Amino acid sequence: MEVKQLSFQYKRKTILERLSFSIPQGQIIGLIGENGSGKSTLLKLMAGILTPTSGTIEFNGKKITRRHTNKVAYLPDIDLFYEKLTGDEVFAFYQSQFDDFSRDKAYEVTSFLQVPTNVKLGNLSKGNRARVKLATLLARNVEIYLLDEPFAGLDPLARESLLKAIIKFIDTENCSVVLSTHEVNEVEPILDQVMLLKDGHLCAMDHVEDIRLERGEDAVDWMKNLYGKRVR
Amino acid sequence: MTIDFAKDRPIYLQLVEIICGDVIKGKLKPGDKLASVREFALESGVNVNTVQRVYKELEMMELTETKRGQGTFITTNDAVIYTIREQMKEQVALQFISSIESFGFTLDEMFEVLKNKKGGN
Repeated sequence: MEVKQLSFQYKRKTILERLSFSIPQGQIIGLIGENGSGKSTLLKLMAGILTPTSGTIEFNGKKITRRHTNKVAYLPDIDLFYEKLTGDEVFAFYQSQFDDFSRDKAYEVTSFLQVPTNVKLGNLSKGNRARVKLATLLARNVEIYLLDEPFAGLDPLARESLLKAIIKFIDTENCSVVLSTHEVNEVEPILDQVMLLKDGHLCAMDHVEDIRLERGEDAVDWMKNLYGKRVR
Repeated sequence: MTIDFAKDRPIYLQLVEIICGDVIKGKLKPGDKLASVREFALESGVNVNTVQRVYKELEMMELTETKRGQGTFITTNDAVIYTIREQMKEQVALQFISSIESFGFTLDEMFEVLKNKKGGN
């Protein structure tokens, strides 16, 4: 995926300004930055849900539009499913909406994560709801997976199980993953690169192993240093 | 098992050291088969590409050999394991020296402490 000079404005307010980067195939990219730095907006643009004010996002040489929702799997940060639905019903709905959705794979994920699918989502714990949600994403066979804050508000065990499911079920050789997170410390071991957003600008992007090798610091310290160690 | 990695060094190097340690301790024996890249990634909770790099590094050190279609195995060449054991000893010694130097302790003084420790056990 190639992003060039991407800007996005909402009601005259600039949310993202002239971002250029590329997402190589076969890598997991962590999108980090403070609240309000533009992470969610960027993911929505990459998913084709929002349209850039200027600049381009190309995937396999073609411009991303709303029609690409069948090439890109996107996991929003909010709970979108009806609480009255069970996991089984959500999977059936996904099957009807996405040609690339595999119900078998969804059940493989839920059994790996040990979460029941015959219970209404509203009756599941937050961690288990997140597990079902992740199963709907991982069961899609696409080339790029976008995850907005998949670990937010979950306990450490739930976070670890979701991380493992991502390692297990995404065929990283043939696709890419971009996920936004604040749990940089925990997520870093599964990342190839980190991308740091600051006030709508792409502040830096680098390989986590290179940061460690060249600077002797992990992604958290890297981020703090680049942010200028502001403590409020 | 998810590992707590030191933050000042690449993760792949830390994993290489863990495997070297397992071989030196005898937890992994000559001829033992290593997990597949994906299994290892899953067990240790790290990126598949990182594990690939670990396996490549081990292969370059000749600590492992990959048999086509069968997997990756710990070398049965004792000389290689001996060399790695000696290198690790050297590395631990250097780390020790640099840490005592940071406190201004002398080696002689530390020999005494170590001797006492040994006597105490």
